[in-house]
Amino acid sequence: MLGKLSWSDIPLHDPIIMGALGSSTIGAIALLGLVTYKKWWGYLWNEWFTTVDHKKIGIMYIILAGVMMLRGFADAVMMRAQQAIAAGGNEGYLTSHHFDQVFGAHGTIMIIFVAMPFIIGLMNIIVPLQIGARDVAFPVMNSVSFYLTVAGAGLMMISLGVGEFANTGWTGLAPLFEKEFNPGVGVDYWAWAFQLSGMGTLLGGINFVVTILKMRAPGMSLMKMPLFTWTSLTSSVLIIFSFPVITGALTLLTLDRYLGMHFFTNDMGGNMMMWNNLFWMWGHPEVYIVILPAFGIFSEVVATFSSKRLFAYKSLVWATAVIMILSFTVWLHHFFTMGNTVNVNVFFGITTMLIAIPTGVKVYDWLFTMYRGRIRFTSPMYWTLGFLTAFVIGGMTGVLMAIPGADYVVHNSVFLVAHYHNMLIPGALFGYFAGFSYWFPKMFGFKLDEKWGKRAFWGWMIGFLVAFMPLYAVGFMGMPRRAAHYDDLSWQPYMITAAIGTAIVGLGIACQVIQIVVSIRKRESLVDATGDAWDGRTLEWATASPPAEYNFAVVPVVGDLDAFWEMKENGTAYKHYPVYADIQMPKNQPYGVIIGGLALAFGFAMIWYIWWLAIASLIGIIATIIISGSNDNDGYLIPASEVKRVEDLRFDRMKQAAKEEENEKSSKEEVYEYSDKNN
Amino acid sequence: MSTVTKTTNIAHDHDHGHHDQSEIKSFGFWVYLMTDLILFSTFFATFAVIGKNYAGGPGAKELFELPFLFIETMLLLVSSVTFGFAMIAMKQGKKQQMLSLLVVTGLLGAGFLGMELYEFVHMIGEGAGPDRSGFLSAFFTLVGFHGLHVTFGIVWLTVMFIQIVKMGFTTGVQSRLERLSLFWHFLDIVWVGVFTFVYLFGLI
Amino acid sequence: MNSSTRKKGIGILKGMLFLLTAAILGGCKKMVVLEPSGPVGEQQAFLIKVAFLLMLIVVLPVFVMVIWFSIRYRASNKKATYKPKWTHSNAIEAVVWGVPVAIIIALGYLTWDSTHKLNPYKPLESENKPLKIDVISTDSDWLFVYPEYNVAVANQLVFPVNTPLNFRLTSGSVMTSFFIPALGSQMYVMAGMQTRLHLMASEVGVFRGHNMEYSGNGYAGMHFKAISTTDAGFENWLKGVKEATDTLTVARFKKINAMFHQNHPVTSFSSVEPNLFNTIMMEYMQWMHTPEHGEMEMKHGTGPEGHKHIHGHGTMH
Repeated sequence: MLGKLSWSDIPLHDPIIMGALGSSTIGAIALLGLVTYKKWWGYLWNEWFTTVDHKKIGIMYIILAGVMMLRGFADAVMMRAQQAIAAGGNEGYLTSHHFDQVFGAHGTIMIIFVAMPFIIGLMNIIVPLQIGARDVAFPVMNSVSFYLTVAGAGLMMISLGVGEFANTGWTGLAPLFEKEFNPGVGVDYWAWAFQLSGMGTLLGGINFVVTILKMRAPGMSLMKMPLFTWTSLTSSVLIIFSFPVITGALTLLTLDRYLGMHFFTNDMGGNMMMWNNLFWMWGHPEVYIVILPAFGIFSEVVATFSSKRLFAYKSLVWATAVIMILSFTVWLHHFFTMGNTVNVNVFFGITTMLIAIPTGVKVYDWLFTMYRGRIRFTSPMYWTLGFLTAFVIGGMTGVLMAIPGADYVVHNSVFLVAHYHNMLIPGALFGYFAGFSYWFPKMFGFKLDEKWGKRAFWGWMIGFLVAFMPLYAVGFMGMPRRAAHYDDLSWQPYMITAAIGTAIVGLGIACQVIQIVVSIRKRESLVDATGDAWDGRTLEWATASPPAEYNFAVVPVVGDLDAFWEMKENGTAYKHYPVYADIQMPKNQPYGVIIGGLALAFGFAMIWYIWWLAIASLIGIIATIIISGSNDNDGYLIPASEVKRVEDLRFDRMKQAAKEEENEKSSKEEVYEYSDKNN
Repeated sequence: MSTVTKTTNIAHDHDHGHHDQSEIKSFGFWVYLMTDLILFSTFFATFAVIGKNYAGGPGAKELFELPFLFIETMLLLVSSVTFGFAMIAMKQGKKQQMLSLLVVTGLLGAGFLGMELYEFVHMIGEGAGPDRSGFLSAFFTLVGFHGLHVTFGIVWLTVMFIQIVKMGFTTGVQSRLERLSLFWHFLDIVWVGVFTFVYLFGLI
Repeated sequence: MNSSTRKKGIGILKGMLFLLTAAILGGCKKMVVLEPSGPVGEQQAFLIKVAFLLMLIVVLPVFVMVIWFSIRYRASNKKATYKPKWTHSNAIEAVVWGVPVAIIIALGYLTWDSTHKLNPYKPLESENKPLKIDVISTDSDWLFVYPEYNVAVANQLVFPVNTPLNFRLTSGSVMTSFFIPALGSQMYVMAGMQTRLHLMASEVGVFRGHNMEYSGNGYAGMHFKAISTTDAGFENWLKGVKEATDTLTVARFKKINAMFHQNHPVTSFSSVEPNLFNTIMMEYMQWMHTPEHGEMEMKHGTGPEGHKHIHGHGTMH
């Protein structure tokens, strides 16, 4: 009835796991209790769980990313603490078996369940607004994408308390992940969590490609698209080209493990290096999938807060396109030490370096956007400046490792760990944080508290440097990555320093949590009634904050790259029409949440060999798809009168706020009061 | 620029009608087909890498029979033709003809699947199952994955049959049929690749 | 926080600070990758330093400009030029594309040149006769077979200084990566395949060797001492090994291999079953018994070698 599952699979004997499990269970129960007590279930179901509104789905994506980031960070703390202690004869406080699961869980969570949902969330909220669309191309599929990611995240969380997680890293290690060496359920948890969210992402990629290519507002040609939209497009193109490869590779691994096939096995004609090739054919583009949209965010932020047009827009677009294409030609640099022929290594080494050119160009274009600007030092700008300085260090070590001869001595050492954290933390994560604080007023109608935002930045920036710079040094000492313990005592001071750095990052995260709480409390004073919180340049600022569900009462017509800036210059912004038209919008649907739930059940059933449940949930999924696919009448009409009511309200609020601001301004001379305060 | 500023005071809504919607759906479906093609390419590439790793087990020459394959292939190719005629019938609004052609298409597809299943069962019975060697793993996966697509195609076809009977040729039904027909032809093209790459090259 | 815990906290902090300074001051020699003890590693250390300096040309201006522009063009500085519509400059574009392109061309040449020079499959030039060492890994242990002396050691590598070491590597289990940081280049070790590596020590000393590819619970303990000694020291050591009671047969290897996840103690083997390396590799190479056997030969290059060296092993070296 329950397949392989039995009571002994719950690690009751391990105090650390049970502690983590206990606290998260209590937290979950408290949350569910609160929701029940406040009778929020109906509201949540109708307004959020079944929503097909891209803005709400985006917010849910970001909440998912935030929750998973706390889990992933807890894993990071455990690893750093372990490596700070476990030197010489000391085995540390984690068993080798536990530590080995933690590094795999940390990587999988941070890439698949933090970086991806965070950026897809931001894309969801902003892209339709930036291109002047009412929603994405396939709103119901958007909800399915989200819930497939949730199902994957659910499996990750379940693996904490039921069974175990993979000890084969986030990349999977052939042939170690084969049944012969890894008979437990850990690898299956990893594979199914990864597979389900990967399918969700693939659908999301299709959705965004179609949305951006087909649903732009009239007048917005490709070369008038804001850079965040451009980078979202390239990122989505990378998704549709690369994610099928990982879907395929994981399917092959699943067949190896479930049906005894021989794709990545040592013997019987398997080829373990094929896994490395397939994985990194996806894995390297994946790096750019998470980083390119962050580059887009930096572009928006730097132009807005320099109050200046973006320098060399065309260069930036071309650089993005070049990176997109090159990202498919470099995967072999992940295993230069496999014993390839010299020329193969040279080829992939040079293609890898080539990526440094457009990336370097971007960095300089952002700097020249600041040049002769009027820079306002808000927290999004802090993240951007932090990114610019830290990212080039990572770029430097990256080019270093692109030289095969140099890679031979730093590959698989903690130097490599330092390098990719140096790319992903400043490159991707700082970008998301910048985007989050930049667009937060767009999502909720009030700004985030700046003081706590800047504190959070310093926590992250200093913590990051303290945590990862020592790893470069230890890497030069030859310390291997992923070691649960080590005997060379001279590494320990560096590892202790790194642990301190992680604690400082922890302070940064604490500041972010406080920032959100403080901002919600002070939302009255942080409110933005205009919809244009930062004197913005692109279309998302042309509508209300938060936007009405139809985004734009009238689809805007675009004449310039900085469409909204141009409208403000021409005096055509904030047009209040006397008459509006009816608007057709998609209706909320429960299909996403149903498919996600069934997918979670299916994944769990497959992991534990509960065949009846696997078959039942699979049939359920197919049936749901058929029913949702047969449903033609999925829209409803917002009558013109309702549109008028909402818009009138918005303009009233705006007038009110303008009056208040006028009063306030007369008492102060400086326009940019907050930037002065901080200089 | 002046045209932009001259927008009238009455809000024109550039809302997309049904035509736009079905165009967006059709474009989305093409993108999906492309991702599916990449997935197939992954399995083709896998076959290219380990398709000769027989591990002492039977090879292509011992397992494949050309006449059998020829019939199997013809079934699928003809089903594509009948689907084409079905779509013409739809355009002419001939519901009854459309339905019977869909039945023929579905039966041909089922025939193809039946032969494939027979081949699989036969091979497994001879000890040439997917766990025998790298070659057989790659073979069963690539061919089986195509077969799985055909199975889904038949399920979809059945659903569309019911929809035509119940709803008639509504815009939605028609646009779904267009996409199903794309899907069906796509499977045909992939099969030509499988046939050439796996069977013919294996036999040469 | 009461005062006693605060004192304790400060104490810990002071201790850490002391440790850190000690490590940085005393640790210079510890950066073995940058200050290696063999010709391969020396070239690699030089390569790293050259590449680093070249890249500073692009990186340093970024630091300068971030600080300079941030201060000069802050919103409150009304004296600075403000050109909100300035978006293009051919001169700047030429520089920001041109300089990285030039540097990457230089680095590209460096890559081409160094990758050929540092090809781990290329035998090293030396007046001394090379020493052949067969490396066989399990998921948690290293076995070093000296085919010319018919002896083997588990988890310890001893070799004479200034002698080229010609390694052949294969795995009896999962994939591992063989690395002695003080000497240079690492190399993957895979079952059913043979990879090669050429290293040499130019100093007498005891170095660390480690598996770099995670291989299971025995991974963290999967390190060994690589002892570079004089010729006389090596001869002496060989004599000692010859007196060991243990011998390395296929059966004995399988016993070690079956000790899943446990690190075997350092053990000497006074004799080795002939062709042990090939037997272990063959174990995973059933796929080569194919009807089209000939096609599978990897004819050229230095890629992970299949069976081509198995048959004529004796004559090839």
